[in-house]
Amino acid sequence: MSETPVSAAESPALSVRRLTKFFGRKPKEALDRLRAGAGRAELAPLGTAAVIDADFDVRRGEIFVVMGLSGSGKSTLIRTLNGLLEPTDGSVTVMGETITGMSPKRLREVRRRHISMVFQHFALLPHRSVLENAAYGLEIQGVPAAERRRRAEHILDRVGLGGWGDKMPSELSGGMQQRVGLARALASDTDILLMDEAFSALDPLIRKEMQEQLVELQQELGKTIVFITHDLNEAMFLGDRIAVMRDGRIVQLGTAEEILTDPADDYVAQFVQDVDRSRVLTAGNVMEAPRAVVTASAGPRAALRSMRDLQTSMVFVVGGGRRLLGVVHDRDVLRLVQRGERSLEPAISDDHPVVGADEHLSELFESAVESQLPLAVVDDQGRLLGAVPRVTLLAALGNVSSNTGEHAVIETPATIPVDVITATLHRTARPDTAIADAADASAVAAAVAEAADIRAEAMHRDAAGERSPA
Amino acid sequence: MNDIRLPLGDWADAVIHFITDVFGGFFAVVRSVFAGFYDLVDVVLQTPPFWVVILALAAIAWFAKGWKLATGTALGLLVIVGVDQWDNAMSTLALVLVASLIAVAISVPLGVLAARSDLASKVIRPILDFMQTMPAMVYLIPALILFRVGVVPGIVATIIFAMAPGVRLTELGIRGVDKEVVEAGQAFGSSPWRILRQIQLPLAMPSIMAGVNQVIMLSLSMVVIAGMVGAGGLGGEVVQSLTRIDVGLGFEAGLSVVILAIILDRVTGALGTPRKPRGRDKQAPTTDASEPLGPEAERLPAASATA
Repeated sequence: MSETPVSAAESPALSVRRLTKFFGRKPKEALDRLRAGAGRAELAPLGTAAVIDADFDVRRGEIFVVMGLSGSGKSTLIRTLNGLLEPTDGSVTVMGETITGMSPKRLREVRRRHISMVFQHFALLPHRSVLENAAYGLEIQGVPAAERRRRAEHILDRVGLGGWGDKMPSELSGGMQQRVGLARALASDTDILLMDEAFSALDPLIRKEMQEQLVELQQELGKTIVFITHDLNEAMFLGDRIAVMRDGRIVQLGTAEEILTDPADDYVAQFVQDVDRSRVLTAGNVMEAPRAVVTASAGPRAALRSMRDLQTSMVFVVGGGRRLLGVVHDRDVLRLVQRGERSLEPAISDDHPVVGADEHLSELFESAVESQLPLAVVDDQGRLLGAVPRVTLLAALGNVSSNTGEHAVIETPATIPVDVITATLHRTARPDTAIADAADASAVAAAVAEAADIRAEAMHRDAAGERSPA
Repeated sequence: MNDIRLPLGDWADAVIHFITDVFGGFFAVVRSVFAGFYDLVDVVLQTPPFWVVILALAAIAWFAKGWKLATGTALGLLVIVGVDQWDNAMSTLALVLVASLIAVAISVPLGVLAARSDLASKVIRPILDFMQTMPAMVYLIPALILFRVGVVPGIVATIIFAMAPGVRLTELGIRGVDKEVVEAGQAFGSSPWRILRQIQLPLAMPSIMAGVNQVIMLSLSMVVIAGMVGAGGLGGEVVQSLTRIDVGLGFEAGLSVVILAIILDRVTGALGTPRKPRGRDKQAPTTDASEPLGPEAERLPAASATA
């Protein structure tokens, strides 16, 4: 790190270039044939092409998931990342240092400082206590005994194994053993964590718990994590980005949403069929543009007209800076208009469901059941980003086109006939308010336009792949 | 038919003569080292009164397993004293210990080498097959030429004959260590030597100890043959009883060998298995396999005592 601090700070955590790993005799010949476009099957007599032309970067601080069925080459790939396997061709660069072709001694140094690993079957040292296991990486690094004891104890506490340090690994359950494996990797305090099917051997409940804990730890410690799994649900839950592997090649690389909504080929499409979409897609992914929106200052007449035009029984009301104030219903507004009130304030109710943009669909169902109104989607500052009507929720789960704007049922059906509203508006209209009405109408238009801006901005942020600040 | 006879015997003869001529000095050194080693152990066992040695051996048995084994050891050794074979038994024990120690010192590193390199494994395996299956007495002939009559050719023949299981079980044990655990060592930046010391050897220990146990048992089985070249001890007694057709002497000497064998087997076996009350499933398969053998073998001395 001391050599080139500037470039090291900017370089990706890991960069993999045209990495190919071939097991068998005559690797040169196999390589030529692979480059000439031969498939895995054609090379079978020579050996196995485990990884073919993998090319990607892992950014600092992201969870990068490599997903594939058994035999797709993902385990081989992860073992080339820390030099346990030497690639047949291509290169791997870890934190700015190219480890391909490095001397064993220097490679060990890189592993000690930069890259640790969590194994599928835990790979704990059975003859050592939990604490000694957690401190193993530090021991190899040459950290003094007292110090490594302190640090290992701290990490064990952090993964929920405080007080278990004196036990032997065989006395622990599978989930706890893997926590020790995780603690061992975290205690070494390397920049990168490789996790090879780390949760695959655990039962589903424990697995879920570990996934959540991993995300939490990652956000807290900011480690770069490369996670291997054959479970797409796990990949989608954990991965900031996901690389899907098939027969040694990476067939698609993208965010969970990209892979789900825009699979690169039939194979990926078939794969994502079984994914629990409700746990992957977020409110922000599926929300509609909020069309039925009025600003609080626009007044009841504008609100009523807007509802009439959209043939809906409710509109969202936003205040300054597009902060969501609540919703108004047509009956209430009608009453205000009949009474000649100038303010929308008394009709605003806040008993409507509000959700955050990064909440998963699975978390929206309850709100959607409880209220027939569309769910309002807001950002951290409470600004209205969009709305998720029930239809949209269903469409998203069924993988129907996510734009349901043309469906008639998208808005909550009006409860008051259009002509009643028109008549009321006419009856209560006064010469001076006709101008105000026009002003109201333009306020509505402005509000809608502004909403579109904010949404566009939010989507842009999503696309940039940034994690929303905790 | 005899026209196409392969002169293998002549060649072996020539090789041995060549070795004696060229490496005579070397073998003289080996001879004096082995003899010195043997004398040292022999003196340690022979000098104190028999009951001191019995108490010491019983203490080791007690430490290795418990009071039952300690009692059995003491009783067995008293039987040897009772049939007046004590001095011979101690000579034999010294020979077995020296031969086993040297055999283990050679075979464990060889096993490690074979585990780490497929080439070494391929080279070593047929040599071990040869050493183990060649009739043991055949070794005595060159050993006699190289080391002259006495205890040393016995020790050398014993080492060669007994080494094989030590190498094999060490290799097997190290190769059987969970690959992922070794990978974990590598992934955290441990050096190969450190992985061997901290991961492979400790985890292969049950298997290695089973190998040590086998080495000792095979050494003991060579005792009689070593007696033929003047190694003395119980083997010498057996050879004598054979030449004199002395059933009584043969039985007494033979029983003494059996008693020594059982004591050595139980003690080394107990040292190989960790004394933890419950080891659970992560134990190496070798210890599990030896478990059901225990009671079966336990019944053996009782059966031979009644016979």
